[in-house]
Amino acid sequence: VGSGHDRARRSLAVPDEVIAKKMKMRVGVDLVRVQQIEQSLSRFGDRFLRRLFTEGEIAYATSVPARAAERLAARFAAKEAVKKALGAAADSAVWRHIEVRRTATGSPEIALHGAAQEAAAAAGISEFSVSLSHDGDYAVAMVAAMCQGD
Amino acid sequence: MDDKIRAILKEHGRLNRDPKDLGDNDDLLKAGLTSHANVNVMLALENEFEIEFPDHLLKRESFETIAAIRETIRKIRGGEA
Repeated sequence: VGSGHDRARRSLAVPDEVIAKKMKMRVGVDLVRVQQIEQSLSRFGDRFLRRLFTEGEIAYATSVPARAAERLAARFAAKEAVKKALGAAADSAVWRHIEVRRTATGSPEIALHGAAQEAAAAAGISEFSVSLSHDGDYAVAMVAAMCQGD
Repeated sequence: MDDKIRAILKEHGRLNRDPKDLGDNDDLLKAGLTSHANVNVMLALENEFEIEFPDHLLKRESFETIAAIRETIRKIRGGEA
């Protein structure tokens, strides 16, 4: 029978490897108004898209035009959430360095490039998990990053 | 240049204060500049001054204050960026 602390950890389903490696979790969250993304698209058009999003993100988001703004809003929120999880080290990362991809099952995952990848490596972050949601006017992204603790 | 920067901040920055009441070194983040509004400000500055912000200047410190924005534009125009 484990201690209360052990039981609490098990009930939260923290993987054993996380406990064994003394890994820590960092989180980031960001909320975006879909309407603001629509306004940016109408004001700045393609330039707005190309500066912020990768080819893959643009292709997925615009494949259903009626849903493009909410998909882009959720992806922008994810990029900001990753930056928050990375902290100050991510300041040199541009938005295109943080990409939201879709796995074979359709769930989102984070892929890092360039300065974002370097910032994650420097922070000892080995894995990201992301969740996206949108409802009406708002899109939100929540990111968890696993990193080596002290 | 400062008047144009303040006009862009007024139109795109969604700040909690009128930019004309902001000093050159007032923190724009504290004045309510969100990351998304920052993108709009950046793109509007590019239109207004016919410049393009290179990736390495797309960081918070380039947009931290009106003075920082002015300096960043000068760097790009002067070919220092």
